[in-house]
Amino acid sequence: MKDKLLISSSPQFHHPQSTSSIMWTVSLCLLPAGVWGVYIFGLRALLVTLTAIAAAVATEALLGRVKNENTIADGSAFLTGLLIGFNMPPAVPIYVVVVASVFAIAVVKWTFGGLGGNWMNPALAGRVFVFFSWTGGMTTWTLPGNGSADTVTGPTPLGSIKAGLMSMSADIQGPMDLLAAEGVPVSYMDLFLGRVPGSIGEVSALLLIAGGLFLLIRKIANWEIVVSYLGSFALLVWLFGGFRYGQGLFSGDVLFHLLSGGLMLGALFMATDMVSSPLTSKGMLIYGAGCGFMTYLLRFFGSVPEGVSLAIIFMNIFVPLINRAFQPEKFGLVKTEEEAK
Amino acid sequence: MSRFKTFPKGGIHPTDHKEATCHKEIQNASLSSIAVVPLSQHIGAPCECLVKKGDTVEEEQIIGKAGGFVSANIHSPVPGEVKEIKQIFLPNGIAVDAVVIEMQGEFKRLGKEETSSDWSGMSNEEISAKISEMGIVGQGGATFPTHVKLSLPKGKTCDTFIINAVECEPYLTSDHRVMLEKGKEVLEGIRIIQRLLSPGKTVIGIEANKMDAVEYLQSLVSSEGLDIDVMPLEVKYPQGAEKNLIKAVTGKEVPSGKLPLEVGVINANVGTCLSVYEAVVLNKPVIERVVTVSGGAIKNPLNLKARVGTSFRTLIEDCGGFSEEPVKVIAGGPMMGFTVYDLDTPVTKGTSGILALTAKEIKAAKPTNCLSCGRCISACPMGLNPTKIFKYIEFNLSDEAAAAGLMDCVECGSCSFMCPAHIPLVQGFRGGKKVLRKNSMKKAGK
Repeated sequence: MKDKLLISSSPQFHHPQSTSSIMWTVSLCLLPAGVWGVYIFGLRALLVTLTAIAAAVATEALLGRVKNENTIADGSAFLTGLLIGFNMPPAVPIYVVVVASVFAIAVVKWTFGGLGGNWMNPALAGRVFVFFSWTGGMTTWTLPGNGSADTVTGPTPLGSIKAGLMSMSADIQGPMDLLAAEGVPVSYMDLFLGRVPGSIGEVSALLLIAGGLFLLIRKIANWEIVVSYLGSFALLVWLFGGFRYGQGLFSGDVLFHLLSGGLMLGALFMATDMVSSPLTSKGMLIYGAGCGFMTYLLRFFGSVPEGVSLAIIFMNIFVPLINRAFQPEKFGLVKTEEEAK
Repeated sequence: MSRFKTFPKGGIHPTDHKEATCHKEIQNASLSSIAVVPLSQHIGAPCECLVKKGDTVEEEQIIGKAGGFVSANIHSPVPGEVKEIKQIFLPNGIAVDAVVIEMQGEFKRLGKEETSSDWSGMSNEEISAKISEMGIVGQGGATFPTHVKLSLPKGKTCDTFIINAVECEPYLTSDHRVMLEKGKEVLEGIRIIQRLLSPGKTVIGIEANKMDAVEYLQSLVSSEGLDIDVMPLEVKYPQGAEKNLIKAVTGKEVPSGKLPLEVGVINANVGTCLSVYEAVVLNKPVIERVVTVSGGAIKNPLNLKARVGTSFRTLIEDCGGFSEEPVKVIAGGPMMGFTVYDLDTPVTKGTSGILALTAKEIKAAKPTNCLSCGRCISACPMGLNPTKIFKYIEFNLSDEAAAAGLMDCVECGSCSFMCPAHIPLVQGFRGGKKVLRKNSMKKAGK
């Protein structure tokens, strides 16, 4: 009566993390990889990323007005925009970026009820939508170290391999050999640091792993998904990856495949999206393994060089089924004495 | 992996904040000049009021008589004059009658030497009657009348008697201090209960953040040659929840909807064992208990021995008052305690702590949509799917909620604590359970 005190149902205090703190932490962990992208691809990369974020946040704000709520502060639209920017080639036409962001937020997220309602990762859905709509613009890659206005373009390592496998001579031992033969040699260190053409935020494996580790430690990304995704993919590549080069079992170039393309970005930041991944540990392991398997299939047998986006989206579709199959086991389901008799 | 036992499923690790009071000796609290003694301080039937306005009462005089078998006597904590009988709200929101006593006259025990009696000659019935007469209730928070708990139904035996000294609620240190300062008395209380139950074995379960208490009790047990196992347990909330503690100690799972006796276990809180000792040996009713007064808004957090009926305000003043304006004042621990709206709320037999928390400690945030992160599921010690049950309740699907295990929920708060979307899951479950109970009563009425 006289004392101004808050009345609430227990529990009376809370874990430090909240929806918005999680979203902003993920964004922060992505930042170093983005800075690297801008550093090697030039200011154009910054423009693309900022456009993606602005379009995503603006769409969120607009649709929020329809529902009469402001959800910008929760950081989820910002994160979606940032991820879309990261998944774009630096030289992509700006309107493509805008379409990707608007599609992600308006169609994939809001038609299913906004935050938490989407059954597919919005950023990936946006990327895939524009990839198949403007394939040309989405597959023109800027060479690293070209901050200047006259952009020089070339294929990504995975793109070169997809093309090179068609006309490969017999003495090629693996992907690194093939790239050298194609006239676009790279070293593992180039791949690890991100000195290769690619999407803005995907190239620096090093900085993505650093950010991803932080998320794993904070338990924002679930280790189950990351480990089963990378583990199953690495295993399949190691087992069967050598076949394409006329080698036997156990001879695939695991390191090359782990470090190239969008795998690190996908496995650490996209597959681990809470909303579109399963609820239980077991479910997450299955989902991650499925992502790894699909990525392997698409990369080795698909018609486009990359497989990560489609693999994760494919597994997103199965999440409700996985959730149904892997419910937690209730405490106290043992039989009572009478029932046992 | 920890070297200590624990329950396997779920559980969380909130910051325990116990360092503020765990090294502070229990001090006597001040007395309020006016004691407000609620006539229901337990689970079960409220007491029948034995006094009226204007009556003079003595300290320890019965003023509320147990209103049935599942009920517990209430004694006057202070000598004085009954000013009025008024309705007050307990922290759990239930309205009860309370006897308001203005303190005057002489105290019975203050400053006098305690006379202890030998209980070895007493029969089990006499001991049981004594426990009932002295109004002992479970002091872990649930306040279930102890004489009911300790009377074994025909044909049932107690294989394991577990003393709950887990104190898994953050901030609280009253049980910890009781073990360190009243270890001998607690053990004697346990021996009295052992006489009643003749259990196969007796285990004191203590979380490993109280190793000093574990070592102290172990040394007492071995020097006195007692048949008691002092078992340190891994620190994990809610280790002190009855079913989880049983799982941790014995490995047995109490079946859904059943009582611990189903697997041959009886639990009692450490504070309850001390009360049993005081009742049987010192002939003393439950009129006081140890209360941890802590939280970021308290100037000097303390463990206080406070009389029932003393206002929260008095105890907080004993701790030097507030260092800053609290946002919430809680009766009990932060995970399962209740907020109070009024500092004139009295201490009852079940008040294990009074916490004044600041905004920084509470970490409140606006609820958002569910993110399907699954943290509630991995936190739930009962293996439930809290987010699914909550959605059923939201859509008024009571039967589906029940089928998903709503009634197995122990309201420990682990899911709500972890939920990044700050969804009030436990609050929803309380509402859902109410609807279920109402529905089943309707069905029974037909």
